[in-house]
This record gives sequence, C-alpha cells and structure tokens, in this order.
Amino acid sequence: MIAEETRKYSPWLPFVTLLRKEILRFFRVASQTLLTPIITASLYLFVFGATLGGRLSVLEGFNYAQFVIPGLVLMGVINNSFANTSSSLFMSRYLGGIVDLLVTPVSPSQFIMAYTLAAMVRGTLVGTVVWGISTLFAELPWQSPLLAILMAMLASFLFAQFGLIAAIFAHNFDTLSMYSNFLILPLIYLGGVFYPISILPEPWERLSYLNPLFYLIDGFRHAVLGVGDTSFLLAFGVSGAIAATLFCWAAWLIGKGYRLRN
Amino acid sequence: MMKALQIENLSKSFAGVPVVKNLSFAIEQGEIFGLLGPNGAGKSTTINMIVGVCRLGSGRITAFGYDNQRDYRFTRRMLGVVHQEVVIDNFFTVDQALKLHAGYYGVKDDPAWRQLLIDRLGLRPHLGKVMLKLSGGLKRRFMIAKAMIHKPQLLILDEPTAGVDVELRHGLWDFVREINRQGTTILLTTHYLEEAEQMCDRIAIMNHGELIALEETHELVRRLSIRQLRLWLEVPLTSIPTRLEPYRPKLKADGRELRLCLPTDESAGVLLQLLCELDLKVRDFETDQSGLEEVFLQLTGMKGNSNDC
Repeated sequence: MIAEETRKYSPWLPFVTLLRKEILRFFRVASQTLLTPIITASLYLFVFGATLGGRLSVLEGFNYAQFVIPGLVLMGVINNSFANTSSSLFMSRYLGGIVDLLVTPVSPSQFIMAYTLAAMVRGTLVGTVVWGISTLFAELPWQSPLLAILMAMLASFLFAQFGLIAAIFAHNFDTLSMYSNFLILPLIYLGGVFYPISILPEPWERLSYLNPLFYLIDGFRHAVLGVGDTSFLLAFGVSGAIAATLFCWAAWLIGKGYRLRN
Repeated sequence: MMKALQIENLSKSFAGVPVVKNLSFAIEQGEIFGLLGPNGAGKSTTINMIVGVCRLGSGRITAFGYDNQRDYRFTRRMLGVVHQEVVIDNFFTVDQALKLHAGYYGVKDDPAWRQLLIDRLGLRPHLGKVMLKLSGGLKRRFMIAKAMIHKPQLLILDEPTAGVDVELRHGLWDFVREINRQGTTILLTTHYLEEAEQMCDRIAIMNHGELIALEETHELVRRLSIRQLRLWLEVPLTSIPTRLEPYRPKLKADGRELRLCLPTDESAGVLLQLLCELDLKVRDFETDQSGLEEVFLQLTGMKGNSNDC
C-alpha cells in the first residue's frame, strides 16, 4: 500500500500545481490584477508621452517620453509583483486557506518559488503590455535588451520576496496597503522614474543613492537607453544583493512557518 | 503491523499556557479511533500537530512509521484532514478546487475517484459554484471531498458533522465506514458522542490537555457506565432500608417509586435477592444504562454523576 503511494507520487507536481493555481488566481480577477495597472500606466504614458513627451528633455539625446517609459514599465513590474505575492499570501492567511497548503507535501522552497514565479508572470505581463502601449508614444533604442530583461526579472523577483515578507508580517489589510502606499510608492517616485537624480540639488541627489529603487530603475533604464545616473554593474550588483537578502529572509520565515504555523 | 499513527510524549504550549501535556497514544491501521474531549481539551491542537499546521512543542509523531517532521512529504501524503474551521477560497469552483487539491499532494487527478466523491457527498449540482455560494452543509461536504481527494491512508475528521443536518451526518458516517472497510484508518473528533459510540473501535478522552481515558469503546462504556434500576412498589415505603444504602437509593415523595444505582461489576440478581429479603413488593421496574455521553461527562468532571447515580 505504502509502496504504491510512493510510486504514484510526483515530487514536482505540488510546485507545478501551486504555480498554476497562483497564475489562475490572478487571471480570475484580471480586471483588478491586470487591467487596472495597465490603465493606470497608460494614463501616465498619455500624460508624459502625448502631452509633455516631445516638449521636455531631461537627458541629453532623448525626449522626456523616452526617458520616462523605462521607469513606468519597471513601475508596473514592481507594483504587480509585490501585489501578487502580498495579496495572495495575506488573503490565504486571513481567510484560513493557507491551512490547505500547510497540510500538503508542498515544501517551503516549492512554496516560495511558486508564489515568486506567479508574481513574476504577472509583473512581466503588465510590464510587457505597458511597453507595448508605450510604442504609440515613443520608440526606445533597446541598447541591451537581454540586460533589460534581466534587470526587470530581478526587480520582479525582489518585489515578489518583499510581498511575501509583507504578507507574513501584516496584521490586516490596512497594514498591507501601508507597505504599498507609504513605502513602495514614495520610493518609486523618489527613485528616478520621472527625473534623473543628477538634476537634484544636494543633499537630495546624494540621499537618492540610498534608495534601493533607484538602482533598479536606473539599471533598467541604462540597459534600455544606454545611459544612466550610475553604472549598470553597480545597479545590478546592489539590486542583486538586496534581492538575495530578501529571498533569504522570506525563505527563513516560510521555512520556519513564521506566522503561518502556530 | 506498523501503527497508522504513533504519538509519543507530545506537549504544546501557547504563550506559556500548556494545551497538550505529555500525550501518548497509538492508532492501529484499519481502526476507527475517536478522540473526544470538551472544548479546549487540546484535541484540535493535537490534530494540527499531526497534520503539520502547528509546530510540535516537544515529543514525536510518526505516521506509518515515518516521522512527521523529518519525513513530512511522505506523512502528509498519507494523511487527509477535515478541519473544524471552514476554509474558504473563493477563486475556484468546487470541481476546479478538487482537481488542484490532488496536485498539491503530488498525485495526478483521478477522475473516477473525484466523481465518486462528488456523487457520494452530493456535490454534483454544485460543481460550478465557488465556496461563497455554498451553504454551511455543502461547504462541510466539499471539505470532506477535498480531504479525501488524494486517497489518504489515515483520514482525520475534526468535528466533520458540526452544524450539518441529520441526513448528511448519516450519509457521511456510512461513507466513512465504507472507506474504513476498504482499509483507510480513521481518526475522528466529534461532540456527538452517540455517533462516536457507534462508530469508534477505540476511544481516547482528553481533558485539560491530558489523556484521561483510552479504551475499546464497549469496554469504556461497560466499565464506567452506571445502571439505574427504577422500582414501582405495591406498598409505599416510609423510610429507606439501611441495607439499600450502598445502592444510593432515592425515594419519591409518595414512597412508591424507588431509584437504585447498580454498580457495573455487580449482578442484578444480587440486588433482586436483597429486595426479596427486605420483603419489598415490586409492581413494576425499569433499568437504564448510561452510554458514552454519561461516561464522558463523568470523566471530564462536567457532571458529577449521571442519572442521579
């Protein structure tokens, strides 16, 4: 009997199933998870692309629309990666559905990777559509497309981990939205989405280097436009280190079952 | 044969308050085992530690010979659990959720088994509904189907019939007996003690986190239950004969109805002999034997004595 059970077991199926479930989950509420962020980003694109885009220039050789689009694309990736893991895990905790997973053979590493990959799928989808819409307003040079994809994936991965951590520590929906409204949003806006930090007076320029979002945005823009406020390697290195730290933290929390198992 | 479940010296505290204290017991394969106790006795915490929702304080749990911490991937495949609390996921329909749930356990969806569960639990008209649209009883049925979708070898039912109608309860217990006959071991908790008495081969009773009884059901009831003898007398008594004192007699005001408690280890013949010797003319009599419920109340101290005995 036990031998039969062991034979039928497919060790990767729990991971594949959880990944599938997480992707299906956000598609079920696509108007909220995909359409809304795409419309929001499109409004930004319209404002900065169709109205101001051709009239302003903050970076030599590029109009404002070309400057701002990489930041808006990455903003879509970041926000949606964070929203996917944080809302899904928090709702599971809040409504008790997490128990359904805790009693299954899904391992902590499978758990993290399934949630992370689903968040990356959503982040990438939103980022890709935003970029697609942006082509109506400006053409980007795509200097290093592979590095740009790498940077976008890193940003998505990083914020998926942050979403997991936020969902574990959040006590209620208010706390969860505070992470998004009072931490991520200001850091994005102050991280150089809408302006290069080199135009800031001191001490704001120097302070901007302490903003981890700056490295993600600048690295991505560097890969797309070929220029940025800092080198791509530094941006990638700092972002990679933050992503690795958050991943280790999330893995430790989930491995321990912190606030998941009593 | 290896035990379906073995619990050794299990303890657990929450915020310094012990809720499970040095608990040890084992469940044989193929058994229907009842874990009973009043609210707060530690039953659900014990179950949560068995299935992995709750970390162990100390002690050890093995399922089919495998440690539930070290070999959790194996033990969790062997277990299915219906939690006391209704778990809600409104993103998927009943049918979709059942398919997904099999995958979490690493087994491919078995359509024939899934259809059988759907039919036996009366879920067919509700397959396209999300959980929010299900009534309380249907949610409970869905949770049972979910717990069994991967064909567990040990099914844990934590008050599966709480808040469900009589028809479903009967249907569910019939189904549980059927899968038990096919080899699935059952661990159940319920507040319906009559059901536990009918269903369980053995019963453990917990109180304040401790095991206070563990016996075969009929033995537990036989050993601890109390028989009561009610006598209607031809001639009213004015006082109770002293020789009847050991039977804790109670006489009604009219002197015609006498109640006596008969210890389980004493033959009724001895008492009848005594009544003859006392020359008490009996017009009619009735015996009443307490069941598991009375035993439970007695053991857990929730009632001093049953039937006034």
